[in-house]
Amino acid sequence: MNDLTQFINCKILRNHKIITEDLWVRNGKIINPEKIFFDEKIHAARKIDCLGLTIAPGFIELQINGGFGHDFSFNIENLENGLNLVSKNLLAHGVTAYCPTLVTSPKEIYHKVVPKMKKRQGGAHGATILGIHTEGPFINVEKKGAHPPNCIKGFEKGLQSVEEMYGSLDNIKIITLAPELPNAEEVIRKLSERGIIVSVGHSMANLSQGEKAVNCGATLITHLFNAMLPFHHRDPGLVGLLTSNKIPNGRIFFGIIADGVHTHPAALRIAYRVHPEGLVLVTDAIAALGLAEGKYNLGQFEIEVRGGRAYIAKTETLCGSIASMIECVRSFLASTGCSVEYALEAASLHPAKALGIESVKGTLNFGADADFIMLDEGLELHSTWIAGEKVYAK
Amino acid sequence: MRLIILESSSSVAEWAAKYVMKRINDFKPEPDRYFVLGLPTGSTPYGMYQKLIEFYKAGKVSFKYVKTFNMDEYVNLPRDHPESYHYYMWNNFFKHIDIDPQNAHILDGNAPDLVEECNNYEKKITEAGGVELFIGGIGPDGHIAFNEPGSSLVSRTRVKTLAQDTLEANARFFDNDISKVPKQALTVGVGTVMDAKEVMILITGTHKAFALYKAIEEGVNHMWTVSAFQQHPHTLMICDEDATLELRVKTVKYFKALSNVHHKLIEGDVSLDKMRTIH
Repeated sequence: MNDLTQFINCKILRNHKIITEDLWVRNGKIINPEKIFFDEKIHAARKIDCLGLTIAPGFIELQINGGFGHDFSFNIENLENGLNLVSKNLLAHGVTAYCPTLVTSPKEIYHKVVPKMKKRQGGAHGATILGIHTEGPFINVEKKGAHPPNCIKGFEKGLQSVEEMYGSLDNIKIITLAPELPNAEEVIRKLSERGIIVSVGHSMANLSQGEKAVNCGATLITHLFNAMLPFHHRDPGLVGLLTSNKIPNGRIFFGIIADGVHTHPAALRIAYRVHPEGLVLVTDAIAALGLAEGKYNLGQFEIEVRGGRAYIAKTETLCGSIASMIECVRSFLASTGCSVEYALEAASLHPAKALGIESVKGTLNFGADADFIMLDEGLELHSTWIAGEKVYAK
Repeated sequence: MRLIILESSSSVAEWAAKYVMKRINDFKPEPDRYFVLGLPTGSTPYGMYQKLIEFYKAGKVSFKYVKTFNMDEYVNLPRDHPESYHYYMWNNFFKHIDIDPQNAHILDGNAPDLVEECNNYEKKITEAGGVELFIGGIGPDGHIAFNEPGSSLVSRTRVKTLAQDTLEANARFFDNDISKVPKQALTVGVGTVMDAKEVMILITGTHKAFALYKAIEEGVNHMWTVSAFQQHPHTLMICDEDATLELRVKTVKYFKALSNVHHKLIEGDVSLDKMRTIH
């Protein structure tokens, strides 16, 4: 008996194209069947008929504040259960790996929460945790968005301020910060040397400040267009990074919320057309993600889910995204008219590249982790797989 | 020898695939009785493989009890290089059918001892009971496999240094850089193919017309190695109209007049053994 699985009767997304091809998996990795045929001369022990479905790399979510009633930053008492709950339920959205995101919080919260949100391999219990995305508190108070202003801080002691705030950087993968803050350049340089992805956002930065940040090591922009200066033709601000010629080519990636609400379709198209390689779909979903219609107490808000949107209760004020990643992919496809391949890669290959893990995640190339999803022609999710095992089925 | 003249290269592909299918099915291969097939690579047989895959998928033929021996492979070319014949066979044929990987043989151009690799290959063919049907294409210079002009007509499987013409012709597959083209190949010999019970050669296109003329209208000559098959008891040449342009009208008319008989070769209910006696 060998641990060789051949997925047959399927199409797969590989090298930016959907092709008719079998997918071969062994020991949780995608493998080259040609080598099996000529070297080992064996057949696959297990053949799985995919009934004509398309196999795409699993989605990778870089920004999600919670879901299914749990908020990573507020529900700190039952943190482990909450993390398990979100990890498990994200499988039904096609997400196989993610970065749980903490919004600006007091120091005590970070010290309590950060050590407990460890990187961990996914499986039937839930999606892989790639590391925390801390969105704040080192942001510009003028672009605080929904973040509590009293918790916003600066880098008075450089990197030490960062370490003191979060307690430890070990579990952190992405830090969103405002690059115009004093000492930011030094902090960005040191963080990126330590392998942490620096994302610029919640910021009043002009373009040249943004360019400096990128040249110091920042590689990502947090939810493009949201919580930054609007595009101005004499100083395009952080948005101008998409076409800047003062930063290395291909260096910058940007998260974008394509839930059909938070970014206008025309703005999505602008971003897509000027810098398609850097576009990363994020949901930026809140705790109400995945909840049925009704009223809930989430963190400091009483909210109401109505018609697929989340409002502050009894108002018309939207309080965050509740679109799933697969919905964002479909909505992005409809808004931009891009190819299906591109839409799927914007939620898989692109975030993997933004994290520098594209050799193992976000692709179906030989040697990559066998984390993938099966979809039909209408991009309805049928099943989710991690390390070659089915972890969710519709 | 039989010469089957068909309208186009796609009819050549289809005819050849039907013939292979019929030969396998008539043979009724089973666990202790394998059908042994010799296989070529290149653009000419590509369409035949496509058709065979189609027939396999339609349940008309199985390769479960078929052993295959490929004609040739480059020396020192990584196996996953798109120009390697391993890559070609895997992607254009083997991965689509039910052949047992144990039964698909291709010369290993990266073997540590190339001479030993070639000698073993001959041994393996013998152990398999010899080739039942060897399929080949030819080059514009009349070569079969890598048996280039001047190759011995009784040659066996061996290392062959490629002619300058071949290197130049192949450069287009290697970024137009002749230094990247492999200089040597392993190839079955003319004698190896001659030992097969039957040989089927596919020739299509005007650029092969002169080679076809040399192969069948002139004498046996080692400068046109495919001409050796004039002396094989069961040779089947399948060509398209374009490939006949250098032939005499008499030759073409003669074989076309026999086409009704030849087409019976791929029809369902006639046993091929009976057809053997009709020439």
